Amino acid sequence: MEDTNIEKKGYAFSKEGMNILKEMMKDYPSSDALLLPALYIAQEEFGHLDSGALQYVADVLKVPRSKVFGVATYYTMYKTKPTGKHLVQVCTNLSCSLLGADHILKYLENKLGIKVGETTHDKKFTLITVECLGSCGTAPMMQVNDTYYENLTEEGIDRILEGLK
Amino acid sequence: MNDILLKNINKQNSTDIETYLKDGGYKPLEKALKEYTPKEVIDIVQKSGLRGRGGAGFPTGKKWEFAAADKNTPRYLLCNADEGEPGTYKDRPIIEKDPHQLIEGIIISGYAIGAAACYIYIRGEYVYGADVLQKAIAQAYKKGFLGKKILGKKFDFDLYVHKGAGAYVCGEETALIESLEGKRGQSRIKPPFPVNVGVWNKPTVINNVETLANVSHIIKNGPDWFKSMGPEKCPGPKIYSISGHVNKPGNYELIMGTSLKDLIYKYAGGIKDGKKLKAVIPGGASTPVLKPEHIEVNMDYESVGAVGSMLGSGAIMVMDETVCMVGVTRRLLKFFAHESCGKCSPCREGTHWLVQILDRIVNNEGKTEDIDLMLDICDNMRGKTFCPLGDGAINPVLSTIKHFRDEYLIHIEEKRCPVNYPHSEYCL
Ligand SMILES: Cc1cc2nc3c(=O)[nH]c(=O)nc-3n(C[C@H](O)[C@H](O)[C@H](O)COP(=O)(O)O)c2cc1C
Ligand code: SF4
Ligand code: FES
Repeated sequence: MEDTNIEKKGYAFSKEGMNILKEMMKDYPSSDALLLPALYIAQEEFGHLDSGALQYVADVLKVPRSKVFGVATYYTMYKTKPTGKHLVQVCTNLSCSLLGADHILKYLENKLGIKVGETTHDKKFTLITVECLGSCGTAPMMQVNDTYYENLTEEGIDRILEGLK
Repeated sequence: MNDILLKNINKQNSTDIETYLKDGGYKPLEKALKEYTPKEVIDIVQKSGLRGRGGAGFPTGKKWEFAAADKNTPRYLLCNADEGEPGTYKDRPIIEKDPHQLIEGIIISGYAIGAAACYIYIRGEYVYGADVLQKAIAQAYKKGFLGKKILGKKFDFDLYVHKGAGAYVCGEETALIESLEGKRGQSRIKPPFPVNVGVWNKPTVINNVETLANVSHIIKNGPDWFKSMGPEKCPGPKIYSISGHVNKPGNYELIMGTSLKDLIYKYAGGIKDGKKLKAVIPGGASTPVLKPEHIEVNMDYESVGAVGSMLGSGAIMVMDETVCMVGVTRRLLKFFAHESCGKCSPCREGTHWLVQILDRIVNNEGKTEDIDLMLDICDNMRGKTFCPLGDGAINPVLSTIKHFRDEYLIHIEEKRCPVNYPHSEYCL
């Protein structure tokens, strides 16, 4: 399928990003392995992976665009749509649910005034649910961007969100 | 408790190589490289009886032997740090708090199989852990434990961290390989096995973090020491991750084969709020649910198998009397449906059908024939999928129908939840 909306201009890795990628090239016998790392760099630098960003990654790595699109949409950590500044990810798998993940989620929905999957008007917060993140012994938990917050309570959440303003 | 694998995690500066060296760290590596040939290291690990801690329990030395016997080079070692099986968080303290224990185990293992390099495939969400590993690896390079001519021997070995990006199935070894190669992480059909045709079509050994963490201790203390701990068929220490309705959830490193009862009551402090135990998942989300009558079981591969479940990753999820087992099953099946890679239809379609049926049962719209329908779907998935994700996905369904059929019937026939707690919270 030909996507005519691809914005080719304006996408370029920073010098630093490009250097990281070049350095990593030495670590693998095949440059195909750089696709996941390159998508991380693109996401970091461009905010999210829209079709222009994906086309750029395809061009840089000289791999088919279809492959880049396929990979980017396969993994949950790649965001093809914009998200808020803080991506609030609440684990709702079993161990967290047993200890009130449901309640935590509702509390967050109320507090942020959005439903799961939505972004606040000021684009500060996006709320999503995720599967087990390996914090089951300190449930319930959430991850905000890269940081884990465990043993969540309402007061805890108040404090955490306050710190993220 | 916490004597071997977790002994360093509460030390100050536990991730620093100097702390590790002070305690005799990297001496086992020196011993392995100077006193043993690679073949001898494999023999020692075989003799120790170490079996993989990632879930399947395959004998580690055997796997190494297969790969080492393949003359195709270079060979690779992959460390599976994807830790995605719900309930499991045992590799995390090793990665985050004692990375050198893992790195040392990796280098010795790499030496044994004659690997050129190892990639630690770590789940993308473990950002902190990946960072700790990167720093620790840099330290190990500086000290000459990694790189060219390690400890003056004719042994070159590199170690890299590679991040996953959020896909449970990438913990499955062939999907992990696909992902490392820069593809969608979809499982490959076996055979050929990774020990012969693995990453970049080279002989590849894939081992779990906890498995590899055991290796330096085996070299240090000898195979007999290791074999003397726990059951004859699967000796050694084991980290059990306990979660859910217990007073003291956490990681408990004990001798393999510790009873489930002791784990729940003696170590994890019993059931929260004085409630009654209703069900236990002994080895992560893909292992069959057990009932209170099973908790005398010893937590090793054979014993858990004998009561109809699996040790899996040793992730124990404890549920009290407030929990609706139909709801639990639906929650888990939603997970499997979400994580199915979609390559084979029994798993791709089956998991979604099961979710649809479980949804209507939980919503009190189920039909009497739904139980048989689910059993039929499970039958059409079992053994008919590319990878074990599909087999794992049916376990919650089959085991809850077996042990908690009455709860399904109450939902279906009486159109209500079997537990007297507000529906939305406890049907999950
Ligand atoms: C769906 C699925 C997910 C898996 N996830 C993991 C995982 O996160 N970590 C792991 O070590 N093994 C996982 N495994 C098991 C691996 O396929 C493999 O058996 C294991 O890494 C081998 O290492 P070991 O012999 O040291 O246990 C998974 C298996 C399946 C079928
Ligand atoms: S069983 Fe499921 S996860 Fe495994 S290959 Fe088939 S569709 Fe993919
Ligand atoms: S179930 Fe939530 S972190 Fe594991």
